[in-house]
Order: sequence, then structure tokens, then C-alpha cells
Amino acid sequence: MKQKIREILSKHGGLPVPVDQLADDADLYAAGLSSFASVQVMLGIEDAFDIEFPDSLLNRKSFQSIAAIVRAVESLVGSAEAAE
Amino acid sequence: MTVTVGRGYTERAERVAAVAAAHADDVDAKGRFPREAVDAMIAERLLSIQIPAALGGEDASLSEIAEICSLVGQSCAAAAMVFAMHHIKLSSLVSHGADDSWHAGFMRRIATGQLLLASATTEGGIGGNLRNSICAIEVEGDICRLTKDATVISYGAHADAILITSRAHADAASTDQVMTVFTRDQYTIERTHVWDTLGMRGTCSDGWLFRGEAPKAQILPKPFAEIAAQSMLATSHLLWSAVWYGIAVNAVARAQAFVRAAARKSPGVTPPGALRLAEASNLLQLVKASTVAGLREYEAAKADADRLSSVGFAVAMNNVKIAASETILSIVNQAMLICGIMGYKNGTPFSLGRHLRDAHSAQLMISNDRILGNTSNLLLVHKQDTSLIG
Repeated sequence: MKQKIREILSKHGGLPVPVDQLADDADLYAAGLSSFASVQVMLGIEDAFDIEFPDSLLNRKSFQSIAAIVRAVESLVGSAEAAE
Repeated sequence: MTVTVGRGYTERAERVAAVAAAHADDVDAKGRFPREAVDAMIAERLLSIQIPAALGGEDASLSEIAEICSLVGQSCAAAAMVFAMHHIKLSSLVSHGADDSWHAGFMRRIATGQLLLASATTEGGIGGNLRNSICAIEVEGDICRLTKDATVISYGAHADAILITSRAHADAASTDQVMTVFTRDQYTIERTHVWDTLGMRGTCSDGWLFRGEAPKAQILPKPFAEIAAQSMLATSHLLWSAVWYGIAVNAVARAQAFVRAAARKSPGVTPPGALRLAEASNLLQLVKASTVAGLREYEAAKADADRLSSVGFAVAMNNVKIAASETILSIVNQAMLICGIMGYKNGTPFSLGRHLRDAHSAQLMISNDRILGNTSNLLLVHKQDTSLIG
């Protein structure tokens, strides 16, 4: 999952640095993630994992780092599996 | 002058508004700083009301500040906008600097000396996107230095301190920004553009080449991205909307006085402007309702950083700005149609030229096209709130 998120970030994040060089806990906004690009990343993730972020997760903190995105996605994928 | 200590905001604002009204046409005609109105704000100690009481302020809420913006805006939109911009800057200090010793001490100084804060977020070459900087702050030991080609610093020549954005360091991405406080004795500014505009002439938003040097402790401890998302975005849209509402209120008041005078002259006959006045009153209520709803949403979200930086909140604040800035133009235009030549002429009790010109700034102060573009992007992921009451 983390690898897929990194791929999406690399494709849609518009970051000036290669995503490979970013640690899981690196601040993505400090790395240059704009608010426009963060929405594109959200869309990419929604499509890749077939999930929809509820409004409660659509904030700065959820997309602050790769680790934070993983946590947000896990919370949704987990609840989808639990519901099945 | 008697000074009411604590609260009594409305009375204090009304005294400022009376001073602002007396000079509004001169401020507009000469494109000069509304010195008398700002001196009245200082005398009423209104520049520090947002600061926590523990630091010498009065803990005023954003709604209380918005009310003052609207009251002063009914007399002189430029003076009200100076007041709004000062408090927008102050909101960044209150929200993000209260735990930091230098910034807490600076807030005490603002309260004691009633210091006026200005903002330098725009820069030549960034294309109007304040979330980007070209210039970078340079830190050497305990000192920081910054040179910025600031294409707009409103009332830059009259401020006691400037809060200025830059990249966080020489290698930082353009969006990796910080905001730093420089006090008047720590910078020089050299005028590069003159603010000679259609309206809002008294904000004196000239362009300046800024050069400053200060202790690095004056850099705000949070990234500017967070400051922008959590305090600046909301306070800007809400306080600006309050000023614009004030312009529209006064335009409608003038139109209403005109219609009433006509009605008195010929009782039993509905004056021709009466129907348009009803329409203007309806639009005015829409602006009020939207702005008040925005203020309520802000007050409710204030303590919750996640909610303040959420997509839903940003959409709501953007919508308040779009609604107020577009609708006041229709309102002032209606008022002009009602008052006719008496509204079109300067120097009558029904003159609306200044209102109309000032109102035109609203769509451009952060271009509505940019804001709608931002909202349309957010709507790709935002889930619509389908409740009425919330």
C-alpha cells in the first residue's frame, strides 16, 4: 500500500523533489505539496483503493506525510473490510 | 477623549465611524491614508482588542471585530479595510504566536503602544498566489535578513510593523514559507509602485522594496502554510466581507432616504425607486446572512485545527467571500438606479460614486476567479453538507 501511495504522490503531487528521497514522516507541505496537488493526490488514492475520503479526513493533517496518508487509507480500507 | 475600557465595542466603533465619515471623501479624493480614523481607533484602543487579556488585550471574538469593520465600513471603506487588514495580521499572531515568548511580548507591545500591523504577502513574479514566495529569509547566527520586492504593502508607509512572508531558507520549495515580524526600526522600504486606483484609495497599497534585519526569534514558529490555512484564509474572507457589507449597508441607507423623501413629497403615490429598494434590501439580507453564518462557522471551528484546515471549511469561507464581493456590486448598482443623478453626482447626500468604486475592489482582492478555481478543485473531493442547520 505504501508503495502505491508513493507512486500516486510521485505522479500527482507535483513535488520538486523525487518522492524516493522523502522519509515516511517527512512533511509533504514543506516538501512543496500545494493545496491543488493535494486534492489531485486524494483523487488518485480514492481511485486506486476504491475508497472515498469522508470529510472528517479531508484536512491538512491526513495528508501531512506519507505515514499519515497510510493511516488514513488504512482506517478506510479496514472499515470497508470489516463491513463485508 | 474618554476611553471605555473593556467591551463597549459598538459605542467605540461608532465614535470612530463618525470621525471616518467626516474625512472619507477627502481620503478618497486625495488617495491618502485615513489618518484621523486610524487615530480614533488608537484612541479607542481598538487595535489590540483581539489580543488575549493576559497580554494586555480584550479577548475580542472575530464576530465582534467584524461588527466594527461593518460599522466603520459604512462611513469609510478604506479606514475599515485598514482596520480589517490589521486584525487579519493580528489573528496570525494570536493563533500561532501566543506560546512563543518573543511574539507574546510583541503582542503586549501592540496593546501598550497601539501598534498598526501591515502585511507583505505579495511579490513580483508569484502571479498573485500568496502561497508562493521567491524571496528567502537568510538566517545567520541569531539574526535573520530579508529583501523582498513586495508589489503591495497596504499602508506600508504608516505601519509600525510588517508581517512578511518568504521561503523558509535558501533551498526551500516556493511553497515552504515562513512569516516574520519586522518592526519599523528593523526595516527600510523604498516605494516602487504608487497606489492610484479606482477605489479603496485610502489603503495606500503602494509597492515597496523591503529590506529588513531582525533577531531570528521574530520568525513565527509555525509554517506559513498552517498560518494561512488556520487563521489567514478565514479571517481575511470574513473581515473583508464585513467591510463590504458595510459599504452596501450605507448604499442602501442612502437609497432608502431618497425613496422616503420622494414618498413624503407625494403621499399616496409609490415612488418609482421603491421596488428596487425592496430588491436591494433582499440582497443585503443575503450578504448579511452568509457573512454571519461564516462567522458562526469560524467561531465553532476556532479551537479545532483539523476543522479549520478541512476542505469543507475552506469551501465555506471561499463561498462567503464570493457571495459578498459579487452581491454588493448589484446592491450598490441598485442604489445608484434608485438615486439616479443624485447618486451619480459627487457631493450630494445620496452620492454613491465612492461606494461603487470601493465595491469594485472586492472581486479583485484575491481574484474571484482564483478563489472559484480553488473551490472547484476542492469540490472534486469535498462531500456536500446536505443539512440545513448544520
